[in-house]
Amino acid sequence: MAEEMSGRRPYEREITSEWIFRHPRYLRYMVREFSCLFIGGYALLMVVGLERLAQGPAAWQGFLQALQSPASVAFHAVALAFSLYHSVTWFNLTPKALPVQLGEEFLPDAVIAGAHYAGWFALSAVLFWMAGIF
Amino acid sequence: MSGRVVELEVLRYHPETDQEPRFQRYSVPCREEWVVLDALNYIKEHLDPTLTYRWSCHMAVCGSCGMMINQEPKLACKAFLRDYQGVIRVEPLRHFPIERDLVTVIDDFMAKLSRVRPYLIPKDIKALEAGEYRQTPAELKRFKQYSMCINCMLCYAACPEYGLIPKYIGPAAIALAHRWNQDSRDAGREERQEALAAKEGAWECSFVGACSEVCPEHVDPAGAIQQVKIRSTVDWYQEHLMPWLKK
Repeated sequence: MAEEMSGRRPYEREITSEWIFRHPRYLRYMVREFSCLFIGGYALLMVVGLERLAQGPAAWQGFLQALQSPASVAFHAVALAFSLYHSVTWFNLTPKALPVQLGEEFLPDAVIAGAHYAGWFALSAVLFWMAGIF
Repeated sequence: MSGRVVELEVLRYHPETDQEPRFQRYSVPCREEWVVLDALNYIKEHLDPTLTYRWSCHMAVCGSCGMMINQEPKLACKAFLRDYQGVIRVEPLRHFPIERDLVTVIDDFMAKLSRVRPYLIPKDIKALEAGEYRQTPAELKRFKQYSMCINCMLCYAACPEYGLIPKYIGPAAIALAHRWNQDSRDAGREERQEALAAKEGAWECSFVGACSEVCPEHVDPAGAIQQVKIRSTVDWYQEHLMPWLKK
């Protein structure tokens, strides 16, 4: 009412999905969000594998063979790429969420992100060791 | 006047005559050292006195001249014309209603800012004779970067979450609340949590990070928001799993 009396008529602009392409940062963000579908998809694949394992040796062998199909290999390649993108982008953001102040100064970002990378590599090495790769 | 002629396309909106905003083009003879704000001032003085925009200090301190310059939120006083090629598009800050030309309605931000109580809430108010609230350099450094915020709202124009979910409290308000939460003299975190820990508080943020990228004062609102999320999560666990810790 007050706005009508004062002659004010603020204009509301519509929000469309064009913002995603307005600057590369928004596209990078959307790719990071999208990458979680592959992380989730791979987790589901692991659950299916566990189920096959519980069903006995024949079912497990069938699962292993299905993993070698071209479609499965293609999925693994794409999922690996998205998983790496997901992990790297998130690890690089950790210094923002977890700043550590020692005395007056803050630890450099590289130390915080680096600690996460070190943890990632150490856990991966343990997994490789458990899988008998080395 | 020496220098080149710059073409500016400025979004115009006069509520008395315009049904919707429209672009108007101006040719501005400019000097090498001019910023977009100088070009707007030239238009206002020499070409079109009806052009409306906010500005005050011309030195990136007052936070008044935030606008979209070629689709990026910028301070017009910090955007050098020499850094742009071709026609420069100047629009009001995104995600805010347009009042007139480049002037936006900022009531929403002002209301949100006051909701987070961005001021000192000491545990015990000292008498004036008792002297100042003292602080070490390390304690100052803990929050200093957040205190550089000039309320220019570029971060709101950059944040797609704020555009899509207008209830979201947004980057600058959360960063300023966090600035006081990090201050050793302050004891008001619990009072601010009502606004910060709500769904439309820090949790609406999906960490796009654009706020920190566009901030002209190098504040890191994205970092502040994630730290608020972590503190709020710890609060939740303490309250639900270790209630005896609560005094």
